[in-house]
Amino acid sequence: MDLNELLEIAEKERQRAASVRIRCCTAAGCASSGAEEIKDRLEQSIKDAGLDNTVEVCSVGCMKFCGRGPLVEIDIPGVLYQQVSGDQVEAIVDALKQNKAAESGATPLDREHPFFTLQQPIVLENSGKINPERIEEYIAVGGYQNLYHVIHDMSPDEVVDEVTRSGLRGRGGGGYPTGLKWATVAKMPEGQKYVICNADEGDPGAFMDRSVLESDPHRIIEGMAIAAYAIGANHGYIYVRAEYPLAIKRLETAIKQAKRLGLMGSQIFDSPFDFKIDIRVGAGAFVCGEETALMQSIEGGRGNPRPRPPYPAQSGLWHSPTLINNVETFANIPAIVREGADWFASIGTEKSKGTKVFALTGKIRNTGLIEVPMGIALREIVEKMGGGVPRGEVKAVQTGGPSGGCIPAHLFDTPVEYDSLIQLGTMMGSGGMIVMDTETSMVDVAQFYMEFCRGESCGKCIPCRAGTVQMYQMLTKILRGEATLIDLEQLERVCGMVKATSLCGLGQTAPNPVLSTLRYFREEYLELLKDSPKAQGVASR
Amino acid sequence: MAKIRLATIWLGGCSGCHMSFLDLDEWLFDFAEKVDVVFSPVGSDIKDYPENVDVCLVEGAVANEENLELLREARQRTKFLISFGDCAVTANVPAMRNMLGGSEPVLKRCYLELGDEHPQLPNFPGIVPELLDRVRPVHEMVEVDMYIPGCPPDANRIRKAIAPLLEGQTPDMTGRDMIKFG
Amino acid sequence: MSVKTLTIDGVPIAIEEGTTVLEAARQNGVHIPTLCHLEGISDVGACRLCLVEINGSPKLQPACVTEVAEGMNIRTNTETLQDYRRTIVELLFAEGNHVCAVCVANGHCELQDLAIEVGMDHSRLPYRFPEREIDVSHDRFGIDHNRCVLCTRCVRVCDEIEGAHVWDVAYRGAALKVVTGLNQPWGAVDACTSCGKCVDACPTGAIFRKGSTVAEMERDRDRLEFIVNARKDHQWTR
Repeated sequence: MDLNELLEIAEKERQRAASVRIRCCTAAGCASSGAEEIKDRLEQSIKDAGLDNTVEVCSVGCMKFCGRGPLVEIDIPGVLYQQVSGDQVEAIVDALKQNKAAESGATPLDREHPFFTLQQPIVLENSGKINPERIEEYIAVGGYQNLYHVIHDMSPDEVVDEVTRSGLRGRGGGGYPTGLKWATVAKMPEGQKYVICNADEGDPGAFMDRSVLESDPHRIIEGMAIAAYAIGANHGYIYVRAEYPLAIKRLETAIKQAKRLGLMGSQIFDSPFDFKIDIRVGAGAFVCGEETALMQSIEGGRGNPRPRPPYPAQSGLWHSPTLINNVETFANIPAIVREGADWFASIGTEKSKGTKVFALTGKIRNTGLIEVPMGIALREIVEKMGGGVPRGEVKAVQTGGPSGGCIPAHLFDTPVEYDSLIQLGTMMGSGGMIVMDTETSMVDVAQFYMEFCRGESCGKCIPCRAGTVQMYQMLTKILRGEATLIDLEQLERVCGMVKATSLCGLGQTAPNPVLSTLRYFREEYLELLKDSPKAQGVASR
Repeated sequence: MAKIRLATIWLGGCSGCHMSFLDLDEWLFDFAEKVDVVFSPVGSDIKDYPENVDVCLVEGAVANEENLELLREARQRTKFLISFGDCAVTANVPAMRNMLGGSEPVLKRCYLELGDEHPQLPNFPGIVPELLDRVRPVHEMVEVDMYIPGCPPDANRIRKAIAPLLEGQTPDMTGRDMIKFG
Repeated sequence: MSVKTLTIDGVPIAIEEGTTVLEAARQNGVHIPTLCHLEGISDVGACRLCLVEINGSPKLQPACVTEVAEGMNIRTNTETLQDYRRTIVELLFAEGNHVCAVCVANGHCELQDLAIEVGMDHSRLPYRFPEREIDVSHDRFGIDHNRCVLCTRCVRVCDEIEGAHVWDVAYRGAALKVVTGLNQPWGAVDACTSCGKCVDACPTGAIFRKGSTVAEMERDRDRLEFIVNARKDHQWTR
């Protein structure tokens, strides 16, 4: 494979395309509401109507408005139907036949809605546009050209430098500077090194990485290959949870296709660069998203975290230097290489560059996947894009999953960036964003997350294993109205202790949902105490 | 100087802590000069817990309604309450019932499954106190001012814990001699 | 040999590079409490009792796996650490069923010793009284899971010294337990050589010799270190 062959594939694919395309989202969200059947029926109807020469029904990835699936898009004249049902299929085809697609009886979505217009797709640029199971379509939109460019025109150091200058930070939650991570692994002595893609997305309510994997798997492969070239690795792993069967299937397909075209394997693009990727399927433990546990799991051991240092960059998988990045981090790489670090650094804020994908869910009108520039105000997301809550008022937004916290509505003007969220006692996290209305009890929310952490603690270290159980019991006691102020003080004490003493991130952050709800909604806790502490004048503590 | 009004109560336990208390032997004579024993299963014949008690030693875990009632009464009428012995401090052996899933399975096993002649559950409301579903240490039910762990705390530990109190000082409850469980 | 200089609790010390903070402290007479650590086997940093404060590190670091570095300023016994340690011990007492009065290890138990050391005269956290099993299917030994603190010393000693890997951990969170074989009764595990190293390694009364009664179980802790170092030291008897 050389550049000409690659461009040839791209050109051939563009020629092949029919004049009109009907795109059906077949990612997990829409698939769960019957998208496959809609797609089959559309194909049949198109055939029956004799339109199959000019109209092509394609399977594509996520079209973002997940709450309104199944989604079907017709590119000419550009209409996106929501909640398409089987009996609307005929009408859609009829209307298409008469060039009146907008009047088909199926309900179109307003493409000028802020939900779409405020988005800035980089990670999701191909999502919902290309067929994730056909490498040709990825190549047709410029795919793998970045890898070619990197291998032939750049030294590994230049690639690391480019990523560093872009200001990209880890999208898995911690926000560690990606370039610095790459540079650390790159500087380790030559020898066996690994690249790992962490696709063990497990936060309740988060589905960003799943969507990327299901919608644009080649993007991850290209991102990983560029990383491997930059740090001197020849072997990569994608660690993906077993609960994502479609993502696994599409990754497997993508890897096969890349191998077939010589884009993976030995001497890629006729260079000395070798790289292959294996998939490892996680068995359903949340803690395996923690990088040291993840590596243990890949090695075939029990997914238990170990103390750091040594960091994976020094001694990771099988004691070799290892680069671990999250799905979304890798998904940014091809765009950074293509458009340049300066372009990327021009998006977002001073310390948080680029965009971030969020899974917007909870008590909100518009549920779905959004990719927004860093620094956008929460209010824009919740009120404009999300359309607010269906009933009552917005109370808070939860970000960062079980490691994060709740941001109350009065702080919604805060820009979404790593540091501002940490200042509010929460974190960017991997991108879960759960909206809560005034009917939501914040103590309930805290208990929910504590129950999650209690069940997902690996049990290795005592504070997390036993502390989460104790905190859960205290929250239950509070919710039952059996607790006193002493219990509440005890809860805060144990929260602080578990945070400070746990071995890995799971335990260190498990108290966050409690601490953050206590910070902003303390009165909800106090109201539940049995000895009416308000009467004793402690509410203002 | 008025004598200190001392009480001791015996909840769910084996009385070993009280026996250990009696092991203070001749020191009890010195003790009696400073203390009036106003309520105790081993040192007084009074049946109702009196008012204005200065110090109370509580032996045993809180296992039934009667334990709870007496403990609450003692707490209300006592200035300084001491959780005395492992059963009071940790609920210890009596609490092994908790591992069996509450009072019901224990009662059933004891009085029905193993009842030879007339298997029946004890039921005399007002006379036989009901078991609490869970045996608890004293400090989970009322506020406690001091802990003397041990099963039982030996006489020396009891003396080293109580003697300073009589002088208005706080004992140093640290180290193997003073706080070892078991 | 390279030497590092550092300060532990205000006392300047010089120590060989590669030494752990725990070892450095011990060599200089500073006691740091531990539970999952055992001389002769690998460290896992799991019990969190040996956490210390190190200047410049935002997080507490486990002394057992942290290597000394030049200029470190370590505090091993601040008030905060004391409170954390006591809470850790309370969490351990609360999560199992530790009834010292009727335990074979009473008087020879590291958990009991830790409770004394951290000044735990009672547990501020409520006991949970979980339902746990007792396995006495092995001819000579038994395990009472009620007393297990999940330090995994048995797992490591069996794997690293005896090489039998009879022990491992199963499940997670509050359900975590050490298992023999593939979670079989101990007596049914052919791989067990009945060497008794796990018995010597266990810090509490969880793994015991059959026939021991209350307060009778004493363990030969140094035996493991002796076995590990015998070849290196050319010391075949002790």
